[in-house]
Parts: sequence; structure tokens; C-alpha cells
Amino acid sequence: MSGEQVLFWLFAITACAGAIGVVVNQIVVRMAVSLIVCLASVSALFFLHNADFVGAVQLMVYVGGTIILLIFGIMLTSSSPFSKIESSPAEGFLAAGIGALFLSIIAFTVTQVEWKQQAEKVAAVSPSASVQTGYNPASDGNTSRPLAMSFLGLRPDQGGNAPGYLLPFEVVSVHLLVVLIGAAYLARAKRRAASEA
Amino acid sequence: MDQIGLSPVLLVGAVLFVCGVVCMTTKRNGIGILMGVELVLNAANLNFVAFSRHTSLGLDGQVMALFVIVLAAAEAAVALAIALNFYNNHLTIDVDHGDELRG
Repeated sequence: MSGEQVLFWLFAITACAGAIGVVVNQIVVRMAVSLIVCLASVSALFFLHNADFVGAVQLMVYVGGTIILLIFGIMLTSSSPFSKIESSPAEGFLAAGIGALFLSIIAFTVTQVEWKQQAEKVAAVSPSASVQTGYNPASDGNTSRPLAMSFLGLRPDQGGNAPGYLLPFEVVSVHLLVVLIGAAYLARAKRRAASEA
Repeated sequence: MDQIGLSPVLLVGAVLFVCGVVCMTTKRNGIGILMGVELVLNAANLNFVAFSRHTSLGLDGQVMALFVIVLAAAEAAVALAIALNFYNNHLTIDVDHGDELRG
């Protein structure tokens, strides 16, 4: 087994263990720690797939931003840090059973498709559609510059008049601004009517 | 990664997705439900990046993953504001107590 395979299986197992830890834990702070482990492992998997920019953004935004936000929410909404909301064991068995069924459906669907054969069929019919453009796995990363140019609207790898992602980029920027203003307004400190009476 | 192929990564994404859905449906803590949503979105991101690497999807898969990360962050902010308002109104974060259709 090469080093890449060892690393892949290591991070795959920690990602799955973290995800199962989020479901199994009843104490919400431990769920948050398990989610941090899972998201950091997913970021490592991104790096292994030569998506270096997406992996770095995942670490910065998800692990370093969204989880911190969730921990703020936990601290603001719980009466004690280790508060548990109990659920009966019967619910746990039912949820585990349905989850296992759902996982078996998805796993069967995924493993039954021969991805390489499908790619060869596509390449036989239209060779231009099977060429991977945008980034070259042989260059081991370096996706920051092609991604940045595509967000500016340029796709030099595809040539011609291939549209970039400038419009979605601008829309998402305005969307973020509007959403954060709305969330700040929603979560402002309000005076409770009962305390004024 | 060519030795591993596409299916093992998709299986990891499947496990994350099922854990997120079970988390969304069974947790009574409102923040726990938000964590399930984050798991589902990360499973989709993993699928996008895997297909970007192994098929002819190329850079477009990574652009989609970046947009998903941005939108998930925005949605987490709003969902947290909703959870805070719920806690202010009901004095508990247990979503089973939100069973009346009035404030």
C-alpha cells in the first residue's frame, strides 16, 4: 500500500468515526468536538484529491468559522455546558436500523456503477467531452490560480468564449452580505415584555 | 488516488450523508439538527471534489464545492439566529417543545 492509500484510509476512517460520533453522542458539546474531527478529516481528503484551495477554505471557513458559530450557539442556548436531552433507547435502535437500510441503498447504488467503463464509453463517443480541463492532476494542486481566474469570468483552459463563474460569484457575495445583515437583525438582543411589566 | 478509484470516496460521502440525515431526524437539540445539516453538505462537497478529480468534471466540481461552503456558512448564521430566538421564546433548546403553532 502506498503512502497515499494509507493516508486515504486513515482520514476516511476518522471522517466516518467523527460522523458516527455526532449521531451517537447525547451531550451537545461532545457532538461539536466530533464534528470538528469529521470536518478536519474531510479537509484532509480534499487535499488528497489535489483540491488544495478547497481544502484550505474548508479548514478556514468550516472548522474555523462555522463550528465556532455552532459552539457559540451551544453556549448561548444551554442551561449547563454538559446538558443532555435524553431520548429513549427504542428511538436509538429504530434510527440505527433505518440509517443502516438507507446506507445500504446508497452504497449498493454507488458500487454497482462502473465509473471507468462509463468514462470510456463517453470518450469513445465524444473525445472532447472526456478531456479534463481546468486543472491537471499531474501538477498536484496549484488550483488557486485557475479557480481565481474562473471567478473573474475567464476560463483560459477551455479557450474560446467559455463563460467563467463571475455572475454566481457576485450573486453569492451580495447574498452573504444580505444574509448576515438579516441574521444580525434576527439575533439582536430584545427586551422581553415580561421583564418590563 | 488513481489506485483507490472513485467508489471508496463515494462510500465515505454516503456514510457522512446518512449520519447527517439520521442526526437531523433524531436529535432534539436544535444545534444538533444544525450539525446534521453541516454533515449532509460536507458529504455533497466530498462527492463534488471526488468527481472533479476522477472524471472529466475538472475545475467545475471544485467551484461548486466552494459555492456550497459559502452558502452553508450563510445558512448556519441564519439557522443560529432562529435557534437563539427559539431559546428566547421557549427558554429551552429542545425542539419538541415547539409544538404549538403560535408564539
